[in-house]
Amino acid sequence: MSETATPVKGAGKSPKELDRAVIRFAGDSGDGMQLTGEQFTTESAWAGNDLATLPNFPAEIRAPAGTLFGVSSYQLQFGSHRVYTPGDRLDCLVAMNPAALKVHLSDLKPGGLLIVNTAAFEKRNLDKAGYSANPLDDPALAERYRLHKVDMTGLTHEAIKDLPLNAKEKDRTKNFFALGLVSWIYTRPLEPTLDWIGKKFSKNPQFAEANTRVLKAGHAFGETAEFFEESYRIEPAEMAPGLYRAMTGNRALAWGLLAAAQRSTLPVVYGAYPITPASSVLEELAMHKRFRIRTIQAEDEIAAVTAAIGAAFGGAIGVTCSSGPGIALKGEAIGLAVTAELPLIILNIQRAGPSTGMPTKTEQADLMQALYGRNSESPVVVLAPATPGDCFYIAYEAVRIAVKYMVPVLVLSDGFLANGSEPWLIPDPSTLPPIDVQFRTEKDGFFPYLRDPATLARPWVRPGTPGLEHRIGGIEKQDVTGNISYDPENHDHMVRTRAEKVRRVAQEIPPTSINGPATGDVLLVGWGGTYGAITAAVERAQGEGKSVASIHLRHLNPLPPDLGHILREYRKVLVPEINSGQLVRVLRAEYLVDAVGFNRVRGLPLASEDIYEAVTQLIGSQK
Amino acid sequence: MSATGAGAAATPKYTKKDFESDQDVRWCPGCGDYAILSAIQKSMPDLGIPRENIVFISGIGCSSRFPYYMNTYGFHTIHGRAPALATGLRVARPDLKIFVVTGDGDGLSIGGNHMLHVLRRNVDVTVLLFNNRIYGLTKGQYSPTSELGKVTKSTPLGSADRPVNPLAFALGCGATFVARTVDRNIPHMDEMLKRAAAHRGTAFLEILQNCNVYNDLAWNVLYDKESKIAHELRLEHGKPLLFGPPDARKAVVMQGVTPKVVDAKGVPESALWVHDEKNVNAAKLLADLFAPDFPVPIGVLEAIAAPIYEDVVIEQERRALSERGPGDIAKLLTSGDTWRISEGA
Repeated sequence: MSETATPVKGAGKSPKELDRAVIRFAGDSGDGMQLTGEQFTTESAWAGNDLATLPNFPAEIRAPAGTLFGVSSYQLQFGSHRVYTPGDRLDCLVAMNPAALKVHLSDLKPGGLLIVNTAAFEKRNLDKAGYSANPLDDPALAERYRLHKVDMTGLTHEAIKDLPLNAKEKDRTKNFFALGLVSWIYTRPLEPTLDWIGKKFSKNPQFAEANTRVLKAGHAFGETAEFFEESYRIEPAEMAPGLYRAMTGNRALAWGLLAAAQRSTLPVVYGAYPITPASSVLEELAMHKRFRIRTIQAEDEIAAVTAAIGAAFGGAIGVTCSSGPGIALKGEAIGLAVTAELPLIILNIQRAGPSTGMPTKTEQADLMQALYGRNSESPVVVLAPATPGDCFYIAYEAVRIAVKYMVPVLVLSDGFLANGSEPWLIPDPSTLPPIDVQFRTEKDGFFPYLRDPATLARPWVRPGTPGLEHRIGGIEKQDVTGNISYDPENHDHMVRTRAEKVRRVAQEIPPTSINGPATGDVLLVGWGGTYGAITAAVERAQGEGKSVASIHLRHLNPLPPDLGHILREYRKVLVPEINSGQLVRVLRAEYLVDAVGFNRVRGLPLASEDIYEAVTQLIGSQK
Repeated sequence: MSATGAGAAATPKYTKKDFESDQDVRWCPGCGDYAILSAIQKSMPDLGIPRENIVFISGIGCSSRFPYYMNTYGFHTIHGRAPALATGLRVARPDLKIFVVTGDGDGLSIGGNHMLHVLRRNVDVTVLLFNNRIYGLTKGQYSPTSELGKVTKSTPLGSADRPVNPLAFALGCGATFVARTVDRNIPHMDEMLKRAAAHRGTAFLEILQNCNVYNDLAWNVLYDKESKIAHELRLEHGKPLLFGPPDARKAVVMQGVTPKVVDAKGVPESALWVHDEKNVNAAKLLADLFAPDFPVPIGVLEAIAAPIYEDVVIEQERRALSERGPGDIAKLLTSGDTWRISEGA
């Protein structure tokens, strides 16, 4: 690595202390904004901050350069206190081209830091972004924001002009100039990124050299350029002691399944058809064959789920994963698992719909589909993780419940959790609850639909067990014997039994933890990826002395046994969701409470500010 | 790993009765399925596989009721999906011998996609496709193998879609074993069941089956005594393609790239088409032969070896385990970039 001998003009200015900051890197799809954001995240994690991230990218793989729809961004919030969300309004926006400026400027706080790559503000790009004149020349921009115009492309080329790379290759490193610069502004350590460069380009020393130099050039530029009036420091957050790692939701789901495979000592057969934003679970699992994870990239969504059901029939852990459109296709097969009473894990990484919708954008509008989206009375257990790291525990729990109750378990994650990451306290896997599978081998008294009195589970028999040969199927069967039955009373009994089996999973749910007073004016009830936004809003309201509490449901079917009681302890119940009001309907129907919804369906996480305002209004509206 | 090797050492001596379940058989009286059920039950003891290691998987349709009547493990699943479900089961349990029982509607219409993929993957399952050219369970609509212009309840003026040829379809999908038999030819069916069950990889056996209620005598070309003699072409590996009555034998020969029927008498031995089960291209030509212009081939069209999907999957796992040992979640969780927050930080 080369030494950059740059005079340190800016030395002596001491960084200003901040509690938290929200930063967004935005540029063209090809500008490497996701990588820049990820590296900045790693640097912030090293610095000991708590953080939350929001990658946001177009569905097109190589969207045309310079266009508005081709803009890719990565946002994170990091702080010296608990950080629940990637943040609502930006403290700092880095715009690598005019399109990025146009798309994201409205999210920047007045007076916020705006850093633009001037080299990209030429006629062609301005035209593509729909600017008739260069917005950087408009004095209003510099009045409203702390605008810093930096020729990142030019400075990048200058820093590596002697390296034998072509212009395009040199150009491609400019995101590291931006990273170096913002790292200086927020006093981030460069070591993690230098490490990353070393590993990534270990076989290509020229690229390693180029990226290193450009990163350092960006950093040095911040230090020396007179116009950066200040830099910032964010103290490490107070976090529970222990070993941490960055965790995204989809990786956590995959690793939760690995943990379940190891603990149960059963192989996992994972059937999936590639679909955004679920594919990375398949890709992650495919790397871990040593855990006896057998992945099948099936011909379609239906084959993926039926392969998982076939595996479950064979005594393995059958898992399938998709997003809403794929789950719709799997509906009939999930019904088969319901009536065959086989364990099955279905992961739904929700995205904006209906139909194809907005594949890379988040939503939580598949709750009704999970609860009721199959023909006839077809109840399944429904779980939802609250944070990216929680996906690990939820996946493990889904397996544990599925095999204990011989029932399908559907997990509702979403695009925000899937791609978002958080610093995650690594658990000791030996503290996870056991997954005890007892296959039936005893011939005497065997019937396929005998039931465990506590769970109502029928016996799980591995084919290959002598003397227990039996047939199951989708046709209604007589309880206990499993023989085909069209008897009206038996059908009624079986409908109730399948429902009761799911209901009994309530005995697995721990007491609901309440964030705030046990009784008061407003209770917020959330589920899924809105956890952070709701918690941040509630803590802000509580900080102002408002009588507000929140609970977050990880079990959506069955609901926690203490929920009805809790709901009645507050004057108002507010249910924020990224849908048109799904959980709120369930709560109203189930508990006859006058819960109201707070709903925004924009393909983006809820803003905690908006939730806070909804809470304030609700309190104000009280008699 | 091979199914046929599974527990063969201790296989008890079975009879047909050991494979009959206690369930009442609910097909229409006179249905061709009875003969097939009986033949399959009879063929089971010859597999040399313990009964508990045999699984019958089916979809939906008359044929798909099959598993209920077999005293083995069985799963009557959903319409068209049996091949996919069987694939998952094989991947989980490569020690089991799996049969997929399906029909022309289940296997080639609603489940056509899964049939394509199970065949190309060469999953080690035996597919028995009962082809009666009609939808029986839904009471008589035309099927994807019904002839063009078929008049049924749903096509009062005749069907507008051309039929699919199951054998040609299977060969086109890259099947490694393709054969045809007839429900009314018990000895031939016995032989084909044995051949299909013994094949490693996906075996595709089309069984021409009579639906006496909705499509009676659809295969009369092979039922009627005279017609059978005139049209049945028995495929036997290493034997020439000869058919017809003893006094008027005919031969199928190649003229250029086209099969032709000629009088056998005048054909020199060197010009005869000798059946070769390993010849995939020849099998594709044979699959298209049908009456009235050609004989109707029955027997094994093709039997070749190819990599088996689940063998590859399991071998990758075995290699990963032998090279690096079993996975350890505690190690994985702490691998890569981690950082420690100490007490009071």
